[in-house]
Amino acid sequence: MSAPLLSVRNLSTRFRTERGTVRAVDNVSFDVAAGETLAIVGESGSGKSVTALSILRLIPDPPGRIEQGEILFDGKDLLKLDDAGIRAIRGNRIAMIFQEPMSSLNPALTVGLQVGEPINLHRKTAWAKALDKAAELLGKVRIPDGRSRLGSYPHQYSGGMRQRVMIAMALACQPNLIIADEPTTALDVTVQAQILALLKELTRETNSAMILITHDLGVVARYADRVAVMYGGRIVETAPARRLYKSPRHPYTRGLMLSVPRLDGDTERPLVPIEGQPPDLATLPPGCAFALRCKDATERCRVERPPLVESEPNHFSACFYHDRLAA
Amino acid sequence: MTASPPDPVLAVRDLKVHFPITSGVVMKRQVGTVKAVDGVSFSVARGETLGLVGESGCGKSTTGLAVLRMLDITSGTVEFEGEDISGYDRARMRPIRAKMQMVYQDPYGSLNPRMKVADIVGEPLVVHGLADDRDKYRARVADLLKMVGLLPDMAERYPHEFSGGQRQRIGIARALALEPTLLICDEPVSALDVSIQAQVVNLFMELQERLGLTYVFIAHDLSVVRHISDRIAVMYLGRIVEVATRDQLYKDPLHPYTQALLAAVPIADPEIEVQRGQQIIMGEIPSALRPPPGCRFHTRCPQAMEVCMSVDPPMKEMADGRAVACHLHTG
Repeated sequence: MSAPLLSVRNLSTRFRTERGTVRAVDNVSFDVAAGETLAIVGESGSGKSVTALSILRLIPDPPGRIEQGEILFDGKDLLKLDDAGIRAIRGNRIAMIFQEPMSSLNPALTVGLQVGEPINLHRKTAWAKALDKAAELLGKVRIPDGRSRLGSYPHQYSGGMRQRVMIAMALACQPNLIIADEPTTALDVTVQAQILALLKELTRETNSAMILITHDLGVVARYADRVAVMYGGRIVETAPARRLYKSPRHPYTRGLMLSVPRLDGDTERPLVPIEGQPPDLATLPPGCAFALRCKDATERCRVERPPLVESEPNHFSACFYHDRLAA
Repeated sequence: MTASPPDPVLAVRDLKVHFPITSGVVMKRQVGTVKAVDGVSFSVARGETLGLVGESGCGKSTTGLAVLRMLDITSGTVEFEGEDISGYDRARMRPIRAKMQMVYQDPYGSLNPRMKVADIVGEPLVVHGLADDRDKYRARVADLLKMVGLLPDMAERYPHEFSGGQRQRIGIARALALEPTLLICDEPVSALDVSIQAQVVNLFMELQERLGLTYVFIAHDLSVVRHISDRIAVMYLGRIVEVATRDQLYKDPLHPYTQALLAAVPIADPEIEVQRGQQIIMGEIPSALRPPPGCRFHTRCPQAMEVCMSVDPPMKEMADGRAVACHLHTG
C-alpha cells in the first residue's frame, strides 16, 4: 500500500480547565487513504471532534494545546507549518463541514460571497469568475436556481439548504480530504439521507477522502469504509466497517451495538444498556478508560492501559482480551 | 381513525392548534396563521404506548402540549378518561393535571438548577397539597427516586451534580409523583448519549409494566419509537397521515411518507445497508404558514397523482384496523 493521504501519529490534545488538565485526545493514531471514508464514532466527550479540530489546528490556545504527535498530510507535518502554511491548507486541500450550519455561516455575508471566498482566496481567481464557480457549485449540491440565490443570506435558507451551502464551500477547491463533524445531526432524517448521499456522491466524483464524525452507528454502516471507535479520548477499536459490525473486538463497541435499537431489530429482546456514565476526562483511571463500565474488566484493566494491537489483519483493538471477544 | 380502543385513556378528535402571526406594535393585526396542528384525531388505550413520530415542524410536540392543555386549543376535543377537558379552565384542569404528566426532552433545561433533587421531585406533591405529613412526604420522595433507579441519598444534591441520564430519571420521578395515568414524553431520550438512551428506554418500559402507565411517546427516532410503542401515528405538517400497530407500520407502511421516513433511517449493519434500495425523497417539509393545497405531502411524494394536488385525502380506515390518509388507498 502506498503512503496514506493523512497519517495521524500519537496525537494528544489537552485543555487546561479549573478542574485540572483534560486529556481530550490521548495518544491517538490513525490513517486515512486517498478516496476513503473513515468514520470516527463516539459519544459526547469521547474526543472525536477535538481530533478533527486538531488536524486543522483549530484548537483555541489557551485553554487548549496540541501537546504531542504528528499529523502527516501528503508527507508534510501540519503541526510544523507556520500560520500562513496551515491557512493555505484549510479550506483548500482539507475542508471542514460543521454540525450547525447556521453558526458556521456568516449571517451578514451573502451565500455567494461565502461559497466564492475559498476560490478567490486559494485559487487567486477574480471575484467575477469565483462567483460563476460558486453558482455552479450550488447547482452541484442541488440548490435549485443557484445563480439567483447567490445574493441570498443564510437565514433565507432552510437547515438542509444551509448544510448544502456548507458542502458547496467545502468542495469549492476540490479538497483531498473533507472532515465532516456530525454534518447531519441537526437535520431531519429525510434531509439527513439526502445530504449524506450527496456528500458521498460528490466525494466519489472528486476522489476526496472523508473523515465522518458521528455518534450514529446507522450512518456509519451506510457510508463508511473504515471505522475508528473512540472512548475517553482514545481509539479503542478500528477496523473495516463490515468487520467491525460483524465481530467487534472491544467490549465498548459490542456494548454500543447491543444498546442501540435497530429498525430491523427484535422488539421482544430488551435493549442491553451499558451501565454507568461516560468517564470524566479530568479524572481518567490509569488503566482502560472503559474498565469502570465493562462487565468483564479485571484487575489488570484497572491499573494497566491496554495498547491498541492488531487482533486480526487490519482490525485493531485496545482490549487485553480481544481474542476472547473474537469467539 | 383507527378502531377506537375499548378503554381509551385519551381520545383526541379533530384537534386544531393555530397560532396567529401578527404584525405591528401598537395596532396589531393578524397577517397569517400557522396551522401547527390541523385536524388530528387519535386515541390511546389504557396501558398502551402510542408513538407519535414525524420530522421537526410536523406538530408532534404541539399536539402533546395541547393535550395537556398547556397550549390553547383552537378547535376539536380532548377526552381524558371519558371526560371532555377541552373547555376546562385552570381550576378545573388542576385535578386532571395530576393524572397526566409530561417528561421533557432537555434534562438540562427542565430542572431548576437552584432546587435540590428532593424539592424538584416533591414539588408536585406540595403544589397539590399532599406534603403536610413531612415523614410521609420524605418517604414518598425516597420511593420515587428508588423507582427510577436513583439512590435516596441523592435527594439532597443539585441537578448540576448529575449526568444527563440521571437528570432524565429525576424528570421522570417528578412526573410520577402524583401517580399519573398518562405520561406524555416529548423526545425523552434524544438529548442523551447513545449508551445512556437504552437505560432510560428500559426504565420507561419497566415503569409501564409495574405501574400500568399509558404513554404518548413523541420522538423523531424511528428505531427507538419502534422499540417502545404498541401503535404509531405518523405526522406530517400538522396532520396524522398514518396510524397502525408497530408491526403493520414497520413491515408494511402504506403512506408514501411513512415509506420515505423508514427508508431514510440507516440500519447499523453494513451488509444490510448495501442491499437496501435507497429511495431518498427530495425537498424539505414546507412551511406550516402556507401548507400545500390538496395532500400536504404531494410536493415531495414520489407517487403523487393529479388528484393529490387539489383534493385533501381523508383518513381512511382499512380492514385490518389501521388508517391512512392517501389517495392511493382511498379507491
